[in-house]
Amino acid sequence: MSAMTHTAEDRALYGFWVFMMSDLILFGLMFATYGTMLTTWGFASGPEPSELFSMGPVAIETAILLVSSLTFGLATLALKHGQGRGVIALWLVITLALGLGFLAMELRDFAEMAAEGAVPQRSGWLSAFFGLVSLHGLHVAAGCVWIMVMLAQLAVFGPTLDVASRLSRLGLFWHFLDVIWIGIFSVVYLGALA
Amino acid sequence: MNLLGRMGWGDVVFEPALANPDSSDLIAAGAGGVVVLGAIVALYCLFHYRLWGVFWRGWLTSLDHKRIGIMYIAFAMIMLVRGVLEGVVMRAQQADGLDGGFLTSHHYGELFSTHGTIMIFFMAMPFLTGLINIIVPLQVGARDVSFPLLNALSLAFTAAGGALIMVSLVVGEFSTGGWTGYPPFTGVAFQPGVGPDYWIWSVALAGIGTTLSGINFVTTILKERAPGMTFARLPLFTWTAFTTSVLMVFALPPLTVATSLLALDRMAGFHFFTNDLGGNMMNFANLFWLFGHPEVYILILPAFGVFSEVFATFSGKKLYGYTSLVIATVVIAVLSFTVWVHHFFTMGQSANLNAIFGIATMTIGVPTGVKIYDWMATMYRGRVRMSVPMIYSVGFIMLFVIGGLTGIILANPTVDYQVHNTLFLVAHFHNMLIPGLLFGMLAGYTFWFPKVFGFQLDAFWGRIAAWGWIVGYSLTFFPLYAVGLMGMTRRTASYTIEAFQPWMLVSGLGALVVLGALVALGLQLWVSIRYRKALTVEGGDPWDGRTLEWSLPAPVPEWNFAHIPMVTARDDFWEKKRTATVDATPATYTDIALPRNSMLGPLFAVAATALGFGLIWYIWWMAALAAAVMPLAIIVRSFRTDIHRVIPADEVAAYDLAFRETRAALVPVGRDGEETVANRGRANREAFE
Repeated sequence: MSAMTHTAEDRALYGFWVFMMSDLILFGLMFATYGTMLTTWGFASGPEPSELFSMGPVAIETAILLVSSLTFGLATLALKHGQGRGVIALWLVITLALGLGFLAMELRDFAEMAAEGAVPQRSGWLSAFFGLVSLHGLHVAAGCVWIMVMLAQLAVFGPTLDVASRLSRLGLFWHFLDVIWIGIFSVVYLGALA
Repeated sequence: MNLLGRMGWGDVVFEPALANPDSSDLIAAGAGGVVVLGAIVALYCLFHYRLWGVFWRGWLTSLDHKRIGIMYIAFAMIMLVRGVLEGVVMRAQQADGLDGGFLTSHHYGELFSTHGTIMIFFMAMPFLTGLINIIVPLQVGARDVSFPLLNALSLAFTAAGGALIMVSLVVGEFSTGGWTGYPPFTGVAFQPGVGPDYWIWSVALAGIGTTLSGINFVTTILKERAPGMTFARLPLFTWTAFTTSVLMVFALPPLTVATSLLALDRMAGFHFFTNDLGGNMMNFANLFWLFGHPEVYILILPAFGVFSEVFATFSGKKLYGYTSLVIATVVIAVLSFTVWVHHFFTMGQSANLNAIFGIATMTIGVPTGVKIYDWMATMYRGRVRMSVPMIYSVGFIMLFVIGGLTGIILANPTVDYQVHNTLFLVAHFHNMLIPGLLFGMLAGYTFWFPKVFGFQLDAFWGRIAAWGWIVGYSLTFFPLYAVGLMGMTRRTASYTIEAFQPWMLVSGLGALVVLGALVALGLQLWVSIRYRKALTVEGGDPWDGRTLEWSLPAPVPEWNFAHIPMVTARDDFWEKKRTATVDATPATYTDIALPRNSMLGPLFAVAATALGFGLIWYIWWMAALAAAVMPLAIIVRSFRTDIHRVIPADEVAAYDLAFRETRAALVPVGRDGEETVANRGRANREAFE
């Protein structure tokens, strides 16, 4: 018998929504911590946001992540319209590439900051910055691993009910990370550069 | 590279006891010895009596919600023993504490830190999680929780946290920063050793387990209800379980954040909560109590649920004010997020802010008061039977109201400034948690034990235990109100004011009574297991129960319901007994799919313990390996499709029909015989109404 029925799928999706609500609180608290550290006291005479950030790379990262949400959406549509595992996998691979590209750019940003002495050990504000942004980065990395697992499952099982159910949850997760990133982009980067 | 990180021979607790011992070292070594001995005896029994197979297949790898619940409660009881013993040692220290005592202040600091951490995270939380696990699916008419495997993983994370705190007795030391672990005192500048790391990782792992449990229970209660089980018909215990689970989902993340950031400060030199370079220690207090305050309602609400079931059942009446009880429960859950600042009125924020949080705190007294009146009105004109769960429940009402009143006193910031961090506060929260949470859990344990194991608990020892807890609690903690008002600060190993001593002696005496109550609980279990044949309640309904779980055989078969019931009323089983439709046999039986066993639970328990241990001792290879194993195991598992096994309809039918035949043949027992061996699990209904 199949491991999953429609009721079970519904239940799993619901449980995942609840999980994301819990996850959202983690981010909310990291945002709040960041807000309290965004003061002269928090900078501790170290580097300040306006000296460290530049719009160029952050805008590109934002664009990459938003486009990856679009490509994931296209994978979902391909699944819904039964376009076969090849098309679904293609869109997933593109999404994965964009996700990895985002992570690579973010790591490069971190390395540049470190080269200027802006490491998390320098000040409370930098601790909060690295805490918040890397928490998002870790989520994206987990999402990338999940995409790879789903590519393997697609190859092994094809677009079965199980696989479709997992893909729908992965989709929720991936779009959720976009929403978080928009928060980070607005609060952390735009806030500093505006 | 050092394979054992920063661990050395000197960290083993027996080393100082051998080298140059004082009384503190000897007590520590004794405690460590008990842990080691306990582990050896447990392993010996498993091998000697060849119980490995049963233990592995029947318990560790089982995904049955009832078995997972039993493991939670067994774990909670073991931790209760340790927590009570630590409490008794602390009371003895303070009784002997005028100008001295037998413990060093460092050891005393470890004791109050482990005592608080254990009682909250490893006694109370597993106990209520276990009860919810066992009872909620039965009350809503489900075959299991929504995510049985996730359930096993929750238990694994909780057990891993508990394992770490037990290991800390043998290797290394524990934090002296209390169960709240405030930095900067728990920061690396003041406690560079492993103590706070043990606290951080045991609490963080348990917190992950609780978050996952919350997600599971919320989904179960919303998605697994039997047809007809509307929200207005949910039993009160399930309602409180639901609100508690919602709180778990939303209130545990702040704990995860607080402990993770503290770990980053300690391990990686971050400055979230440090004194220097822009750290802000008050962020920790805010984060911790954003978790901590809802946490106390996570603890108390399921107990309120148990009391609601007990009052209705043992008064032979339907619950008075069902709707108001549900509304009060939800209001308490919402308000619980609005009062966290009252834990640190003395932080230095403005008087207006304190006033707002003070008023919000007093507001919680209103829905709680509504509940007290509802329970009293349930008993009013009922035919009350003072059985063991009822003794706990009435004791709860008497004592909890006093604790609530002292809470209202503390909610006033001006008063709070006077008694902040004194033993008055310690008396207050023990007054809420022992008569509230613990009595609730023990009442629930006595109430549902026959449902889970098929025989009731011995009533004689049960009464002694219940009265022991009531008297012991009162003797131990009421004196603390007095010395608190006299100005004795909490967490003090010794004092120089003679006026404190008589109160401390009475309190120490009370601790001995509590210890006696604990022994009585143990004896009750032993006697009951010994005479289990005589105490059998094969009819499954020993207390003339009201809700769905009492319609099932005792012990409940692994599939719970042979036929998913059609619910037509609140107190559905009670109504069906009244209209005599309870014996109607279902027309057909169908195959039932149940989850197969999984070794992921024990694997995660080991891996999470190793992860925590590696992070505490800086054994990086161990931490990395453990961190890799867990996601890999999940990925491997996701490729399996044979995760269910099927119980054939014939087997279900045979079992169910045999049970119905047995039940119909039993002699119904009235209220006089309820707690005797005459009670076989079928109630003489006329005698109760």
